[in-house]
Amino acid sequence: MSMFLAAAETASTPFPHLLTLLVLVPAVGSAVVALISKQRPDVCRQAAFLFSATAGALAVYLLWNFDVADGGFQFVESTTWVRDFGIGWRLGVDGISLFLVVLSGLLFPFVILAITPEHDPKPYYAWLLLLQAGSLGVFVALDLFAFFVFFEIVLVPMYFLIGSWGHGNRTYAAMKFFLFTMFGSALMLVGILALVATAADAIGAGATFDIRELAQADLATNTARLIFCAFALAFAVKVPIFPLHTWLPDAHTEAPTAGSVILAGIMLKLGTYGFVRFGLYLFPEASRWAAPVFLTLGVVGILYGAVVATMQRDLKRLVAYSSVAHLGFIVLGTFAMNSQGVTGGIMQMVNHGLSTGALFLLVGMIYERRHTREIAELNGLQRSAPIMAAVFTVVMLSSIGLPGLNGFVGEFLILNGTFIANRWYAVIAAVGVILAALYLLWAYQRVFHGTPRSVENESFADLRLREGLAVGALLVPIVVLGVYPKPMIERIEPSVAVLLEHIEARTGVAPAEGPTAERSTVEELFGAGHGDDASHGANAGKVDK
Amino acid sequence: MSLLASLAAQAAQPVTPVTSVLVETPSVDWWGLLPLILLAAPAMVLLHASSLLRRVFRGFYATASVGIAGTAAAFAIVQWFRVTDLDGGRGPYTTVASAYTVDGYSVFITVVLCVAVIVSSLVADGYLRREGLDGAETYALLLLSASGGVVMASANDLIVLFLGLEVLSIPVYVLAASHLRRSASQEAGFKYFILGAFASAFFLYGIALVYGATGSTNLGTIRQTLQDDPFVDGGALLLAGAAFLLVGFGFKVAAVPFHAWTPDVYQGAPSPVVSYMASGVKAAGFAGLVRVFDVTLAGQVRDWQPIVVGLAVLTLLGGSVLAVAQTDVKRMLAYSSISHAGFLLVGVAVASPEGAAAVLFYLAAYGLMIGGTFAVVTAVAGPGEQATGIDAFRGLGRRQPMLALGFTVLLFAQTGVPLTSGFFAKFGVIKAAVDGGWYWLAAVAMLSAVVGAFVYLRLVVAMFMVEDIDPHHGDGDVVAATPAPVAMPAALTLALAATVVATLVVGFLPGLLTDLAGDAVPVVLATLP
Repeated sequence: MSMFLAAAETASTPFPHLLTLLVLVPAVGSAVVALISKQRPDVCRQAAFLFSATAGALAVYLLWNFDVADGGFQFVESTTWVRDFGIGWRLGVDGISLFLVVLSGLLFPFVILAITPEHDPKPYYAWLLLLQAGSLGVFVALDLFAFFVFFEIVLVPMYFLIGSWGHGNRTYAAMKFFLFTMFGSALMLVGILALVATAADAIGAGATFDIRELAQADLATNTARLIFCAFALAFAVKVPIFPLHTWLPDAHTEAPTAGSVILAGIMLKLGTYGFVRFGLYLFPEASRWAAPVFLTLGVVGILYGAVVATMQRDLKRLVAYSSVAHLGFIVLGTFAMNSQGVTGGIMQMVNHGLSTGALFLLVGMIYERRHTREIAELNGLQRSAPIMAAVFTVVMLSSIGLPGLNGFVGEFLILNGTFIANRWYAVIAAVGVILAALYLLWAYQRVFHGTPRSVENESFADLRLREGLAVGALLVPIVVLGVYPKPMIERIEPSVAVLLEHIEARTGVAPAEGPTAERSTVEELFGAGHGDDASHGANAGKVDK
Repeated sequence: MSLLASLAAQAAQPVTPVTSVLVETPSVDWWGLLPLILLAAPAMVLLHASSLLRRVFRGFYATASVGIAGTAAAFAIVQWFRVTDLDGGRGPYTTVASAYTVDGYSVFITVVLCVAVIVSSLVADGYLRREGLDGAETYALLLLSASGGVVMASANDLIVLFLGLEVLSIPVYVLAASHLRRSASQEAGFKYFILGAFASAFFLYGIALVYGATGSTNLGTIRQTLQDDPFVDGGALLLAGAAFLLVGFGFKVAAVPFHAWTPDVYQGAPSPVVSYMASGVKAAGFAGLVRVFDVTLAGQVRDWQPIVVGLAVLTLLGGSVLAVAQTDVKRMLAYSSISHAGFLLVGVAVASPEGAAAVLFYLAAYGLMIGGTFAVVTAVAGPGEQATGIDAFRGLGRRQPMLALGFTVLLFAQTGVPLTSGFFAKFGVIKAAVDGGWYWLAAVAMLSAVVGAFVYLRLVVAMFMVEDIDPHHGDGDVVAATPAPVAMPAALTLALAATVVATLVVGFLPGLLTDLAGDAVPVVLATLP
């Protein structure tokens, strides 16, 4: 209910159609780039940058004008799309989606600036812009139909990026990526329609795809669980959660560098975001029911990803498997279903995008110079490329979760939340942190340490200015968010609180929050302040498992 | 045994006159028949005029065909406003002694058929010139076949339905064999004719049995009879009749297991004709199917629904799985069209107004998509339709990016990617299935769509992703010699552009078409008492 009020209050913003504009700008840009002559690659690139950067600027404007204290949806827009079916163009942003929107807004212009494609620049930029429009759309959609449309449409540009600009076995990887994800979302479409139909019966009004209304519908327990499973399958493939992850190493490894960065930075978040926004919000009871399964799979993913990453001979594949492990953490935090866990999970979505994106960027640079990603072929690079080695170290440490860098904050909150909710999962997951140190440090050691054993490694060029600026742009948030995450947490927390209140109201089970003393330590650590301490305080401790 | 017994019983009984509740129109409402007349009569004129004044008409056959179909569609649209406006307009009505219905449903299908003829004619123009077969016959046969389709969609009597079916089919048998110098075309026409005649026999026998069971061939009367007494003497007779009718329809719409003709005929027949088969013939077939089963036999839904559901599942899975194994694009599209028929059958099987509306939307959207698709296939296949293998599409994205991009849009539409009309077509069918409680059927349909996606992706891969030579790996597949550019006649380009634009516009704003499809359906359900 509070969400409705919040939505109504913030409906009038200084910029009436900000979110529509945010989605349309890159989409229009894609069409514009497609119309430019392919003889003019520079113009294509500049136009692509202009459009994606405009979207990025709009995202920053959004961040700037975001009401920190408000946990509901802001910048809400609502227009009828298909009248007969209750489908609307409904958009809105809250703390859960805000940073993912900003990340999607900024990562694309960055990628366009930092990486030039090996061939055919024109279609490449057109697909990238379409991908940006699609991913922004996923994060701002408040209508299940619109969400599904965006969720599916991003497959097309990514499929082309992997298939046309990728390496090695690219068509196989592209096809596998497309079919796996389509398989997941095929059943989600049935789930969406089933939800809309049963909710229409439950509410008594006409059919609607508005998630804010659907979240209020009383569904029979088993119906909700079944529909949740349909949604969860789609998200689990997209995340990907352990046994459904097999498309990821192929897609990540064969994708061009830009594709890998976007895949890691944004595409993988569609699944985890889906779990928070649509899983927990629409099916609170079913999520709680399924939580043990996802917590287990999350932990398995963490350990499995780490062990398999350790064994990789291909540097890019190693980073790809490390994603499986990191996403296991995010799943873990999400299904801890308490303030720390969910907040940590959302933070980690952004952090993983930054650090793994940066890792892929660096691996791409190494590949560009050496035309190999075999760890055995690379050695002693530190001698010839000290700056790259230093940058790699920082990014790697962020990925490992070293305190003072962004990765730590999210991972700590996740483990904290998981520990409170279900401590043994946290204990096992913590092993994954150690394993992350193992595979990344070992890889680093083999690639950068020692003396170069071949001429190519000896003459390995260090970072050029443009490359340095590109990686540097990612290092800034990595360090800033590690040292001072408060601005981020204080925007995420209120929305998470609203979500948890909603879950509590629907299921009658309070989130497993730790003792007040423990909570305040977390807040002191990261400076998270939210207004409704009292309400949480009342529940705190009572339901601690 | 019991069937024979009831047959005998039926024969022994004196046929009692059934009092009809429909207000019979003694005279013929020519205005209502206008779209039909506007298709059939000018087609005859075209045929004769072209042979008498060969010099005058040469080169304008396609223009004439497009003009004729366009005029018929325009009058149908005028009719639309009269029959769907229940307050001020005339509303739906029957004419010719209640044998022919004019309602939103029939008008909708009429327009779909006209559009199918227009697209096929535009594609046929360049094709016939290229193959040295230019003449008025193809266009006249297309128009005649469409007029048969209009009769099928409007028939309110099983005999009239059969007439429509034959008028629809016979020109297409001829068209399939119309390439004089390709033996594959001859074979396709012959095969289609033999199997089609066989299916017509089934259909006719079904009509006879239904007449035997209910004492009438009028759909309204049959429905009324069955409503008054669901256990009509000879229930088995009725069911057997319905089953035979289903076989006839199943053949026309290419449902598994009545699909065996499809791949061979699609491969052998001239591509513009196949375009019409996939869009026009399918639309007419489903028009009849929905009217007979969803409307007339609505009371017997428990009897026929399991069978239609079974057909739908077989068609969905059979079509999409077998499509994966194909290497010839025309065969591939044949199986994919079977799989699309499966989706349409889901819409029929759920037996609801939403299902019927979804079928209409699907037919309109699919007709455009497949029309454009076969336009591309016609162009790429080249003289004599030699190049129909998947290799013919290799590197097309590099050589002719606009053509490849247009084809990609159509392929993704058939895959069911959002923001194309194909997605919303599937969405509507799945929604109807879910609303009817058929969750598992919806899931099977969606999973078959994923299997089917492989087929379309393979074509996209061939167009965009194989010719590229990776500078570092050098393991990209390199085509030995660059093939000659695909010739794109203006009419064909127009057809392709129009279908692509329509596919995208309907994809972005599906409301444009759902409103119409939704208006067309309740009418058909309400008009027959």
